[in-house]
Amino acid sequence: MADAVVTDTRTPTEPGWFRRNKLAIAPWIFLIPALIFFAIYVVIPIFESLWLSLYEWNGLYDAEGNSTATWVGFQNYVKLWDDPNFWTSLRNNIAWLVLYMLAVPLGLFIALFLNQTVTGMRFYKSMFFFPFVISQVVVGLIFGWFYNPDFGVVGTVWKAIFCEETTNILGNVTFNCSRPAPDILSSPEWATYGIIAAGLWPQIAYCMILYLTGLNNVAADQIEAARLDGAKGWKMLWYVVVPQLKPATFIAVVVTVIGALRSFDMIAIMTQGGPFGSTNVLSHYMYEVAISEYGERYGYGSSVATVLFGIMLFFISYFLWRMYQDEKGGR
Amino acid sequence: MFLNLKTAVAAIALSAVAGTAFARDLVINFDDLNPGPKKGFEDAVAKFQEENPDINVIVNINDREAHKTAIRNFLTADAPDVTSWYPGNRMAPFVDAGLFQPVDDVWEENGFNEDLSAIKATMSRDGKIWGVPYSYYQWGIYYRKDIFDLLELEEPQTWDELMSACAKMKENGVTPFTIGTKFLWTAAGVFDYINLRTNGYDVHNALTAGEIKYTDPRIVATFDNWEQLIDECGFVANHASMSWQDAIAPFANGDAAMYVMGNFSVDGYKNAGLTEEQIDFMPFPTIDAAIPPAEEAPADAFFIPTNAKNVEDAKKWLAFVARPDVQTEWNKTIGQLPINSKADISDDKFIQEGFALLNAATGLAQFYDRDAPAAMAKAGMEGFQEFMLDPSKKDAILQRLDEVQAEVY
Repeated sequence: MADAVVTDTRTPTEPGWFRRNKLAIAPWIFLIPALIFFAIYVVIPIFESLWLSLYEWNGLYDAEGNSTATWVGFQNYVKLWDDPNFWTSLRNNIAWLVLYMLAVPLGLFIALFLNQTVTGMRFYKSMFFFPFVISQVVVGLIFGWFYNPDFGVVGTVWKAIFCEETTNILGNVTFNCSRPAPDILSSPEWATYGIIAAGLWPQIAYCMILYLTGLNNVAADQIEAARLDGAKGWKMLWYVVVPQLKPATFIAVVVTVIGALRSFDMIAIMTQGGPFGSTNVLSHYMYEVAISEYGERYGYGSSVATVLFGIMLFFISYFLWRMYQDEKGGR
Repeated sequence: MFLNLKTAVAAIALSAVAGTAFARDLVINFDDLNPGPKKGFEDAVAKFQEENPDINVIVNINDREAHKTAIRNFLTADAPDVTSWYPGNRMAPFVDAGLFQPVDDVWEENGFNEDLSAIKATMSRDGKIWGVPYSYYQWGIYYRKDIFDLLELEEPQTWDELMSACAKMKENGVTPFTIGTKFLWTAAGVFDYINLRTNGYDVHNALTAGEIKYTDPRIVATFDNWEQLIDECGFVANHASMSWQDAIAPFANGDAAMYVMGNFSVDGYKNAGLTEEQIDFMPFPTIDAAIPPAEEAPADAFFIPTNAKNVEDAKKWLAFVARPDVQTEWNKTIGQLPINSKADISDDKFIQEGFALLNAATGLAQFYDRDAPAAMAKAGMEGFQEFMLDPSKKDAILQRLDEVQAEVY
C-alpha cells in the first residue's frame, strides 16, 4: 500500500487531488462516523449545558413547546458559592479522588500475588476480578446490606461482641447492646468513607487486571540480570519491575481518577446523598438539583455540572498532554 | 408493558366491528403499578368503557417514580388526554407553564363545588380549578394495641399524656416510635403534625407558602416540641439508613410501639405478620387545646394536559372519577377514602377511623413535600432528618432553611 503511494507520487502525470492527499484524508474518513456521534452526544451537550447554566429553568416547555427559561447570567454560580451543599459535595469529591488512589497500589500487590503459576490460579484470578464484572448498583446494594446495623455483617459481628440476646415485652427475641452498633451509612462523618470503601472493591479489581497484563510484558532477561546482580524483594520490585509497569500504572491512574470523579451509582443506591446531603458528590448533587424528584432547577444543576466538567477537564488535559509527550518521545 | 392488553384487544375488536368512524381514543396515563391501585384503576376504566362504548380508552400505567420523571416530557411532547398527578404545590409548575387546562366547567356541571368542597382550595390556583381528585387517605399514629394493653395504656389525647405514655414504654424497654428517614419524607410527616398541633393549619400553610420564616418564634416552638418528643419519647436508632418499609420490622417485632404514618402503611403491617387486633390507629395528640384540629390527608387526582387531543371525553372521565358510586368502589379496592362526600366508605376499621378523623378536621394539609415547592421541600426535609439525628443543631438548621426560603420563593 505504502509502496503504491510512493510510486504514485513519482509518476509525472498529474494525479487527482484526492489521490495525492489520500494518506491525509483516509483517517478522517474512518473518523467521521465516530466524530458525528461524539459531537451529537458529547460536544454539543457540553456547550448546551454551559449555556443552560446561565439560565434559571424548571425544565418545562409550555404547551407550544417554547422553553420557560429566564436569563440570569452568572447568578447560578454566585448561588453555588454560598451553597454549603455544593462545598460538601466538592469536599467529598476530593476525598474520593484521594482515597480512590489506593486502588492503584492495592491492585498492583494483588496482581503480583496472583502472578504465579499455581494450580487453579485462573480460578483465583477470576474471583479477584469478579467485583469489576458486577454492576456498581449491585455492589452498592451488597455493601448497603453489609453495613446494615440490624441484619448486615457489621451488625451481626457487633451483636456477637457487644450485645446479648433478650426477649422484649412481647416475648420476641431482641438484642440488648452495651454499645449501639455503628450505623456507617447514616453517620454524616463516616458514610462517605463507607461508600468509598465499597467503590474501591471493584476499582482494585480493575487496576489488578491492568497490572496482570502489564506483568506479562515484563522482560524476563532484565529480571534475570537483576537477579545476577543480587537484587531481590522490594529492591527488585521498585527498581526493576515497577518501571517496566509504567504504562499500566498510567492507565490505572487515569481510570481511577475518572472513576472517582464520576462516582454516582453507589451514592444513589446506598445513601442518596444523605444523611442530609453529607455524602453528595458533584455528579450526584447535579442530578439531585436538576432531575430528581425535588430538583427541577436545570440551570443550577448545569452550573454544578460545569464545575465538575472543569475539574475533569483539568485532569483529562493533563493525561492527554502526558500521552502526547510519551508518543513524541517514543518516536 | 405500558398498554393494557385487554383494553387494546377490546379496542381492536371494537374498531373492527364498528369501523373507525365512531371510535374515539381517550389516552390516560396512570402512575401506580402496585397491585391494589392498579386494579382499582383498571376496574374504573372497565366500568367507564361499559358506559361509553363509543370511547376507546387506552391506558398507560407507569411506576410512580418513572411517572414523576416522564410527565415533564410527555406533557409537551406527546400529551395524553388525562394524566394522574398531585394537587397542591406539586401541580403549580405545570399550571404556571400552561401545561394543564382549567376544569372549572366540570366542577360546575357536576356539582363538585359542593360534593368535593373539602379539597377545592387544594385543587385551585390563580382562581381556577385544575383537576379532579379520586382518593385521599389519612395520616396519624398507628400503634401496637397489644403493647398498649400490656402496659395498660390508653390512646394519649394530649401531648402530656403522650409523654407519660412514652415514659412508661421506655421503662419497659419499648422504643416509643419507629421511623425510617432514608428517603426523607417520613420525617416531614412528623414535622407537619407537630406544626399543625403547635400552630394550626393557617400558620402551617403560611410556612409552606413561604410567608413566614423558619426562625419565626412559632416555628421554633414547633421544633422545641419536636426536641421534647425526641428526648422524652425517642425514635428507633439507625433510622437514617432505613426506608419506611424497613422501619416496620421493629414495629412488627414489638421493639417499637408507634408509627406516624399514612394509611397506605396498613398493608405493610399486615404483610409483616401483624393482625388487625394487634394494630390500631389514633389521631396525633393535641398540643395546644386552643388550636382547632387539622390533619394530614394527601389526595390523588386527574388532570387534563393543554395538549390533550380529546378534551371532550377527558372531561367525561374527570366527571366519572368523582362520581359517588365510582369513588366508593375504587377506594374500597385501594383501601383509601373517597373525597366525594356522597360516596360510601369501606367498613375497614382504619378507613372508618380515618373518615371520622378527617370529617372533624378544620383543615387538610397535603403533605410537606406537596405543599412546599420542590427545592424548599428538599432542603426542609434534609433539615428535619439532620435535626432528628442531632437536635442541638436546631438554630443552624433553621437559619439555613431561612436562606433557602429566601432563595426559592
